[in-house]
Amino acid sequence: MGKTLSEKVWDEHVVRSHQGEPDLLFIDLHLIHEVTSPQAFDGLRIAGRTVRRPDLTLATEDHNVPTLDWDKPIADPVSRTQVETLRKNAVEFGVRLHSLGDVEQGIVHVVGPQLGLTQPGMTIVCGDSHTSTHGAFGAIAFGIGTSEVEHVLATQTLMQAKPKTMAVTINGSLPPGVTAKDMVLTLITHTGTGGGQGYIVEYRGQAIEELSMEGRMTVCNMSIEWGAKAGLIAPDQITFDYIEGRPEAPKGADWNAAVAHWKTLVTDADAEFDEEIVLDASEMTPFVTWGTNPGQGVPLGGCVPDPAEFADAQDRVAAEKALEYMGLQAGTPMREVKVDTVFVGSCTNGRIEDLRLAAEIIQGHTVDADTRLLVVPGSVRVRMQAESEGLDVIFKEAGAEWRGAGCSMCLGMNPDTLAPGERSASTSNRNFEGRQGKGGRTHLVSIPVAAATAIRGTLSSPADLEA
Amino acid sequence: MEKFSSHTGVGVPLRRSNVDTDQIIPAVYLKRVTRDGFEDGLFSAWRNDSDFVLNNPAYAAGSVLVAGPDFGTGSSREHAVWALQNYGFKAVISSRFADIFRSNSGKAGLLAAQVDEKVVQRLWDLLEDSPGATITVDLESRTVRAGEGADAIEDSLDIDDYTRWRLLEGLDDVGITLSHAEDITAYEATRPSWKPATIHA
Repeated sequence: MGKTLSEKVWDEHVVRSHQGEPDLLFIDLHLIHEVTSPQAFDGLRIAGRTVRRPDLTLATEDHNVPTLDWDKPIADPVSRTQVETLRKNAVEFGVRLHSLGDVEQGIVHVVGPQLGLTQPGMTIVCGDSHTSTHGAFGAIAFGIGTSEVEHVLATQTLMQAKPKTMAVTINGSLPPGVTAKDMVLTLITHTGTGGGQGYIVEYRGQAIEELSMEGRMTVCNMSIEWGAKAGLIAPDQITFDYIEGRPEAPKGADWNAAVAHWKTLVTDADAEFDEEIVLDASEMTPFVTWGTNPGQGVPLGGCVPDPAEFADAQDRVAAEKALEYMGLQAGTPMREVKVDTVFVGSCTNGRIEDLRLAAEIIQGHTVDADTRLLVVPGSVRVRMQAESEGLDVIFKEAGAEWRGAGCSMCLGMNPDTLAPGERSASTSNRNFEGRQGKGGRTHLVSIPVAAATAIRGTLSSPADLEA
Repeated sequence: MEKFSSHTGVGVPLRRSNVDTDQIIPAVYLKRVTRDGFEDGLFSAWRNDSDFVLNNPAYAAGSVLVAGPDFGTGSSREHAVWALQNYGFKAVISSRFADIFRSNSGKAGLLAAQVDEKVVQRLWDLLEDSPGATITVDLESRTVRAGEGADAIEDSLDIDDYTRWRLLEGLDDVGITLSHAEDITAYEATRPSWKPATIHA
């Protein structure tokens, strides 16, 4: 019997396999940021250990960094200490760091692909659950905790039990105006937040093949939101074209050798998955969340659901609590929900293609008088690229705030937060209670929905702008 | 890591599903650079509500949390495990845990005990009828026990063999792996030269 893509990548990285023990896997790339690494470096210091492979380690500052006044010292002393701790650790242990002010600084999951460090067939980890993003290149990529960060720093390996495999096959083509984000939000509502638990998922089918690398990253990014260990997509010409010429991509003969290998990274025709889900992209529509986890979503054309209609008792209680928290009434059309803040950015939707799409919709319009629009590029490179294309001017002329790069309002560790009761339409990945600020209410949306919502002030799609 | 064989302590019924790690500890509390002091942030939003279970004095000294399915979803922050431990929890019982939370628990020495959903329901009922009742989580025999007489609850808990062994022995993963350093070196010698590096000689 043949192997699935994830089994091929897994097997290529097994350092040691022993009956009754997890596999010892080699890690090709370890990404680091300021929040989940300080205790790991402390652990090394206490044990007198070093970083085994600084040459396979890359650090960036993203979670705490301000998106205004980034040329000044960080105002919040606790955030500043955490960032400065990363800087000291990087120097002490010889790790490459892209600090605030550096042209390569940005969200760790935007920076890796942009540098060409993220390549097919790799194992990539980071103390951040959205590491699954890198699976878009056909890599096994997943988030780890701080104890595991310490383990990878010390050994460049991880002990991992081999997960089961699942195929998510998305047939057909997405209708115009429907994006990768709508696709993954639809999937998560279909599976629930625990549906992928214990699986490495391969996304496949026509609709996946038709996505750009940015779209594929958006889908893989949210693998964790339905509980999957990792999500990946077989590399193809779109993947190779994206990587070629990037600073850390293989060159010359190395490029040819790499591509020859990458072309073998497909699921064999006779391979079997432990589980399969099949969806039809042509039936998908703009999709938004109404609740407090990413599995509580409906089409934008739908209404806030009635908790009484949930068959499962746990789901019913969860829906009741979510509606109370979100301040929503069952039966309200989603399009009538008024939004205070629109956030465009994050490792889910903060890449150049996302900003181009947002600018295209916003151009010639004005942000609603009662709504603020925050546009936060995923990295300094994305910001510079957008400015070279004049996108910043489009945003600013429409009344949006054009900011510096970082995680920003996705999780509100920097000053970009929602006030209690404030409602957002957010292109990020989590609508958990208080995620964007204590008491804040989040609706997860795609880039087109975010842009149209900023203009109209209520949850909308670009089609509503023509009406 | 401290050895874990069995623990008996006050059970805390948390009747919620999908308790994500942002609820366990919000991001604003993650700025410390140590492994301690995170108890302040534990369930911080819910603790403002006087009806929240941990605000009931009968449960305040709780050390075994009993939660609904999909506990620990979302962010990979190990701070969620540390916050529970810093508060005094030794074990969490649920019918389903998110992968990263379960893994972090095993590394940090918090027992994530998976039981059948019906057992969770029975434990909730018992703990609410008798606030302050204790639960025993016995890793040695892989059982959960609570209550007495006809209403006594005893059922199996699910945990993978390897994590159970490491918890029972109190072992440090890095130490175990470094004993296989020769295997790592041998593997490194086989890696293709075109694999990317972050630092160039």
